[in-house]
Amino acid sequence: MEQIALLVAATLNSGTVLAFAALGLLINERSGIVNLGAEGTMLVAAIAGFATAVHTGNDWLAFGAGAMAGAALAAAFGVLVIWLNTNQYATGLALSLFGAGFSAFVGIGYTQEKLGEQHAFRIPGLADLPFVGPAFFRQHPMVYLAIALTIAIAWFLYRSRAGLVLRAVGESPESAHALGYPVRRIRLAAVVVGGALCGVAGAYISVVYTHLWVEGMTAGKGWIALALTTFATWRPARVLLGAYLFGGVTMLQLQLQGQGVQVSTQFLTMLPYLATIVVLVLISRNATFIRVNMPASMGKPFFPQ
Amino acid sequence: MNRLSKRSFVQLAGWGSLAAIAMLAGCSKEEKTTTTTAPESTTTTTTTTSSTTVGAASAPATAASGPLKIAFAYVGPVGDGGWTFAHDNARKALEKEFGDKIQTSFVEKVPEAADAERVFRDMASQGNKLIFGTTFGYMEPMLKVAADLPDVKFEHATGYKTLPNMNVYDSRTYQGAYMAGVIAGGMTKTNTLGVVGSVPIPEVVRNINSFTLGAQSVNPKVKTRVVWVNEWFNPPKETEAAQSLINGGADVLMQNTDSSAVLQTAGKAGKYAFGWDSDMTAYAPNAHLASAVINWAPYYIKTTRDALDGTWKGNQHTWWGVKEGAIDLVSISDKVPAELKEKVEKVKAGLKDGSFEIWKGPITSNDGKEVVASGTTADDKFLGGINFFVKGVEGKVPGADKK
Repeated sequence: MEQIALLVAATLNSGTVLAFAALGLLINERSGIVNLGAEGTMLVAAIAGFATAVHTGNDWLAFGAGAMAGAALAAAFGVLVIWLNTNQYATGLALSLFGAGFSAFVGIGYTQEKLGEQHAFRIPGLADLPFVGPAFFRQHPMVYLAIALTIAIAWFLYRSRAGLVLRAVGESPESAHALGYPVRRIRLAAVVVGGALCGVAGAYISVVYTHLWVEGMTAGKGWIALALTTFATWRPARVLLGAYLFGGVTMLQLQLQGQGVQVSTQFLTMLPYLATIVVLVLISRNATFIRVNMPASMGKPFFPQ
Repeated sequence: MNRLSKRSFVQLAGWGSLAAIAMLAGCSKEEKTTTTTAPESTTTTTTTTSSTTVGAASAPATAASGPLKIAFAYVGPVGDGGWTFAHDNARKALEKEFGDKIQTSFVEKVPEAADAERVFRDMASQGNKLIFGTTFGYMEPMLKVAADLPDVKFEHATGYKTLPNMNVYDSRTYQGAYMAGVIAGGMTKTNTLGVVGSVPIPEVVRNINSFTLGAQSVNPKVKTRVVWVNEWFNPPKETEAAQSLINGGADVLMQNTDSSAVLQTAGKAGKYAFGWDSDMTAYAPNAHLASAVINWAPYYIKTTRDALDGTWKGNQHTWWGVKEGAIDLVSISDKVPAELKEKVEKVKAGLKDGSFEIWKGPITSNDGKEVVASGTTADDKFLGGINFFVKGVEGKVPGADKK
């Protein structure tokens, strides 16, 4: 029982990284812009957050710095692809490469740095309950924030006027433009928010999750988040589910190995990817559903007439 | 029309900046000095025969063309704080030792794939006469390049294939693992140790076994759990693996991966762990029990001196350990009781003067077979092919039953 509680706790923690990044990319892509620079953005945010945490000792400032770094990179990307109409995929890839190199360069001095000891977070009262306490109520506040954010984004997209406008811009920028909405500025805002959330994810990895900085440390999480957004058909709840699923199967396969289960470890390593894809494809197998949810103008440049 | 030309200009600018980035990235590795090192090896030396003639033939070449150019290919970033960091420290030691007699350069993050071959050829074409490849996966690419370029000397870490102009070298990392095990066995309260393994190759399996043997030497009840991440460097995954071991009850962790993530995770959970490859005390002072470090400098200095003197020989297998100063257990924590420390010192002294052997029988595997008979000591060939776990390690080596 205790094992399961710890597994659940580790799953929530592991999924949080992906959730932030994938939710950011979801907003980003809902506006019709694909940002393949997520991995590089996360790396730059990881070092920005880590450096801030080293100098100030404050995790929240570190998340802020990560978000700012992510937003700044995304803004540069946004100006390039929205106003200068550069190719979104090529620019995104360039951003990813740039981020990896730039973060390594500025991070050289921080490889040997260490952060202060972390104290465990507990929700008073609830944390001491049997099973549910260790499973759900001893998490870093960011874990709960990810869930709150998912609800907020779902509400924003489907219940608020601003969300409707954002979706309209992603579906048909021409129509939105004809109605008088500032398509380019809305897209830039979405890209910047997306970058900021990727930045939070990056800072979470370096400051909370691994508690260290080494270059290239996100090790592909940005790409997984990008894939997750697509497989979850751009629905916030499914993105969160996919993130937990991926984190959960990752932790489960490691746990199984630790128990000495006789399955090829290479197969187990593959499992998280396989399971996430299978489940998300199954729940989204309706082609009409995908068409309805996929922003129609995604990846296409827009020229206001 | 105006818009069209503006648009195409912008696209051009976008692609142009992309190309510029790519070129910049390329340039950092170029620095072409076109040292017109004429066809110095007129290949009169029958490269397949005695290796001394090869050494003699290449000696004047190094004397003629200024400093000896030495290149290193690293698998990780120099900032990994572990494996590659240790190699780069040795490179720096090399520069200190020989000053302007040599000129070193390195390329980091070279993948263990076909790309490595291109990097080695690149290094040779830039006039490097001594090339180090610092990971197992470079074996085949390096072998191919070495066969084509008989006048360049190649040194390959942790492999097993050689040529008249290619040596292999390694460190007895398992000796460090054993010494760490002695401490782990004494420090564990749950009698459960955890190891985060990278890739299930003999080197790593040997380290896990030696770690366990060391622990059993002070605490026979110890058992070791292993989790593989199938990668050398992936901090988030190493963190997850360490977390799952802790969840499973392990309270002292060891890792054979390249970052300090496992140590940090242990620190966060209030457990113990070790530094690996480099001294990692600073990362988690409270969790850190000791660091099993590799010092590549003695070997790098020796082989470079041989190359400079013209006495360098190919087809060599070098495997250095505590005795040669290549392996050590350093920065032992104050939390480790004095008697354990003493035990480690005794093991170290024994390894140094040859009076103590780690792989001495009787040793049984975890499926009950006697692998090293009582009274015998395993030779290097045996150690190089270990694909079983010793008694006390749980589970099976992945893929072992296929061989």
